[in-house]
Amino acid sequence: MTLDSPRREALVMAVFAVVILTMPLWMAPFGASYPDLLQKFAIYGIFAIGFNILFGLTGYLSFGHAAFLGVGSYAAMWSFKALSANVLPAVLGGVLISGLFAALIGYVCLRRSGIYFSILTLALAQMSYNMAYSVLTPITNGETGLKLTQTDARVFDQLAGVVPEAGLPSTSLFGLEMTGYPGFYFCAVALIGAFFVALRIFNSPFGLKLRAIKSNQTRLLYTGFNPKPHLWVAFILSGMYAGLAGALLVVTDPLAGAERMQWTASGEVVLMTILGGAGTLVGPLLGAGLIKYFENIFSSFNAQTLHDAFSFLPDFLENTLVFLISPFVGHGWHLTLGVLFMLVVIFLPGGLMEGIRRLTRLVKARRDRNSDPEGAAVVPPSSVEG
Amino acid sequence: MSETRDTISVPGSLPSVSRRGVLKGSLAVGAALGMPTILTRPAWAQSGFRNDPGSGATVTFGFNVPQTGAYADEGADELRAFELAVKHINGEGDGGLLKTMKPLALRGNGVLGKKVQFVTGDTQTKADAARASAKRMIEKDGVIMFSGGSSSAVAVAQQALAQEMGVVFMNGLTHSNDTTGKDRRRYGFRHFFNAYMSGVALAPVLKEELGADRRAYHLTADYTWGWTQEESLKNATEAMGWETVATVRTPLGAGDFSQYITPVLNSGADVLILNHYGKDMVNSLTQAVQFGLRDKMVNGKKFEIVVPLYSRLMAQGAGENIKGILGTKNWNWSLQDEASLTFVKSFGQAYGFPPSQAAQTCYVQTLLYADACERAGTFHPPAVIKALEDFQFDGTGDGPTLYRGADHQCFKRVLVVRGKMNPTSQFDLLEVVKEVPADVVTYDPNMFGGELGPYEV
Repeated sequence: MTLDSPRREALVMAVFAVVILTMPLWMAPFGASYPDLLQKFAIYGIFAIGFNILFGLTGYLSFGHAAFLGVGSYAAMWSFKALSANVLPAVLGGVLISGLFAALIGYVCLRRSGIYFSILTLALAQMSYNMAYSVLTPITNGETGLKLTQTDARVFDQLAGVVPEAGLPSTSLFGLEMTGYPGFYFCAVALIGAFFVALRIFNSPFGLKLRAIKSNQTRLLYTGFNPKPHLWVAFILSGMYAGLAGALLVVTDPLAGAERMQWTASGEVVLMTILGGAGTLVGPLLGAGLIKYFENIFSSFNAQTLHDAFSFLPDFLENTLVFLISPFVGHGWHLTLGVLFMLVVIFLPGGLMEGIRRLTRLVKARRDRNSDPEGAAVVPPSSVEG
Repeated sequence: MSETRDTISVPGSLPSVSRRGVLKGSLAVGAALGMPTILTRPAWAQSGFRNDPGSGATVTFGFNVPQTGAYADEGADELRAFELAVKHINGEGDGGLLKTMKPLALRGNGVLGKKVQFVTGDTQTKADAARASAKRMIEKDGVIMFSGGSSSAVAVAQQALAQEMGVVFMNGLTHSNDTTGKDRRRYGFRHFFNAYMSGVALAPVLKEELGADRRAYHLTADYTWGWTQEESLKNATEAMGWETVATVRTPLGAGDFSQYITPVLNSGADVLILNHYGKDMVNSLTQAVQFGLRDKMVNGKKFEIVVPLYSRLMAQGAGENIKGILGTKNWNWSLQDEASLTFVKSFGQAYGFPPSQAAQTCYVQTLLYADACERAGTFHPPAVIKALEDFQFDGTGDGPTLYRGADHQCFKRVLVVRGKMNPTSQFDLLEVVKEVPADVVTYDPNMFGGELGPYEV
C-alpha cells in the first residue's frame, strides 16, 4: 500500500462529500429517498466504517460492537434528558462515554486474539444487553426504552431560559430541528467527517502498523514491536465510531431501546462489512446501505405490490411469479439477504468492492483491446484475484 | 501540479483559486443549497398538513404489524383484518360491519370519495424497527393514518412518533395502561381494553371461583404492558383479600421459563398469575402445566393458574393446557350479537377461519378512522381527531361504546372467559363466563396521569 498524496486525498473527500450530500437525488429512483432511510444509511455507514477500522485493518473480529452503539445511544439520551435538547452535547457525550466503555472492554478482550477475542467481545456485549434489560432498568428503562418526558431536568436549557413548549421537546441544533432532511444533513456531515478520519488512519503510519498486525503479528513481535497499545487505540476508535452512530440514532429519533445492543445487531455490522468488502474504505458503507435498503424497502413489499408489478402478464403467469417471489420479500427479506450474502462470500470473497474492481478491470481490458489488440494479452484474467 | 498546495503553505499570501477548486466548491454548495428546497417542499408547505391526499383519487393507510417475533401470529391476523376493512370501506366484499355499525357516515365508496390503498410493514416487535417502518410509511408512502399493534412498548413508541409527525395512529392490540395513561398522545387512539379493566372485571370472578384468601405469585413480561397489568391485577386482587407472594419479571421472548417456574413450587403460593402474551404465554403456561403445578394442593387448596389477558390464538397454541383457566378478553368470535355474527361470517368467508380479538380491534379501528374522516368532511388531522373524541357508537361487536376524549380510550364491555373443558372445534376453545358492562370498568381519566398534547403539531 502506498501512502496517498494529500492532493489525491482532497479529491477523494470532495467526490465523497458530493456523493453523500446528493444522496436524496440519486437515491430517488431506488425508492429510498426519504429522510429516515437516508439517515439510517449515514448512521450505519459510520458504524460500519468504524467497525472496519478494527476488523478491516487489524483483522480482529469483534462480535460485540452493538454494545458501543447502545452505550452511545443511552449516553446521548441522558444528555437530552439531563442537560439540553441541543444535539452537540449529546453527540459528544455519546462518543466519549462509548470511548471509555470501549477502553474498558478492549483492555479485557485484547488479551486474547482470534476466535477467543471474538467470543469475549460477544460475551461482554451480551452481558451489557442483558444488564440493560434487567438490573440497569433505572438507567435504560428496560424493554420499554428510554424516552423524553415533559418532566426531564434539562439543566442547560433551564439556565439558558428556554421556555418549554406544549408537548415533548424535540432534539435540535440551535433551533434547527433534527428530524427529516435537516437530520439527514447533520448525519451526512458526521459521516463525511468520520470518513475523513478513517481515510487519514488508512493512509497513516498508524494504519500501516495495524495492517502489519493483521498480516503477521508474531513477526511484528520478533522485531521488538509491541502491537497491544496500537490494537487498543484501534479498538477504542472503533468503539467511538459506534458511539457516534448510536448518538446519531437518538438525535434523529429520540428513543433508545436495549434491542439495539443485542447480538443480532452486532452480527449485522459484521455482515455489512463483509458484504461490502472488509479492509476497503468504501466497502462497509456499501454493505450498510444495502442491508438497510433490504430491511426497509424489501420488507415493505407484499403480495399486493407484487400483483401490481406483474399485472401486465397473463393471470396464471402473474400468480405463479407472485407465488415464487413472495417468500423472498415482505417478512422474507432475511432470506433474500442470506442468499445474497452467500453468493457474495462464495463468488466475491472480497465483497462488493471486489466485484466493482473486477468490473472496472474488465472494462479497462476491453478498452485496451479495442485501442491496442496486442496489449490485451498483458492482463491475464487470473490477476484479478486478490 | 502542486501549485495549490504550495500557495496555501506560504503564510500571509492569499490562497490562489484553481479551476478544480472552483468546480468542486460550486458543486458542493449547489447540491447542499438545492436539495432541501427540492425535497422538503412536497411534505408540508403547500398543503396545510402532512400527506394531504389533496385532489388525488386515492388515500393511503399504513398497517405496521409484527410479522416476526413473539407476537407474529397476532400480527398476521391483524393484517388480514386490515385488508378486509379496506375492502369493505371501498365497497368490495360483503360490506362487513358497514352494515351494522351505528351511527355510520361511510357509504362503501372509499373515504370522502377516495379509494383506500394501503401499505404494510414489519415492526419485528421492536420499537426501533417499528418506528423505522412507520417513518417509511409516512415519509415515503405518504400515509394519512397508520395502525397496528401487539406490543404496548411498540405501540407507545409509534404513538409518540404519530404526535411528532402529525399523522394519526390507531392503536391495534395494546393492553398496557400507559398507552392511554401516562403515555397518551393527541394523535393516538385505542379501541382495545386495558390492564386496569382486566383487573376490575376479573377480580369478582376470581373471588367467586377461587375464594377470597388466596396467595398469588406473578410472572410478568418485563415491559410497560407487563408492569401495568401486574400492578392492576395486584391492586384488584389485594382489594378483595388476596396476598401477593412475589412478583417476578421475565424478559420478553424468553422461550424457556422453567427457571422462573421452579421457584413457584416452593413459594407457598396457590395461584400463579401469568402476565404474559403471545408465544411467551404459550410457553410459560405449557411449562407450568408440565411442571405439575395444576395437580398440586397448596394450603389445602387446589393450585390454580390465571392468564389475565387471553386470546384465541394463544389458546390454540397452548392446546390442552388452557382448559379451565380464567382470563379476560376484548372480544370473542363466539359472541351472538348481530355485529359479531356479521364480522365472523365476513372474515370466515375471506380466510376460512374465525377472526381473533386482535383482528377485530384492528378492523374496527380502521372503520372508525375512516368514518371520522367522512363525518369531519376532511382528512385534516385535528378535525378528524375532534370527530373521534367523545364519539358514541354501537354495532361493532362490543356493545354501546364511547371513545372518551379525555384520554382517547374506548369504554365498552369486557369479557371474562375460561378455557373450555370440551371444545367442539379447534377454534371453539374459550367460553364467555361473564360480560362485564362498560360502566363497571370505567375509571377517572386522570387516574394514570399523562397529557394528550396539542391538536396542531
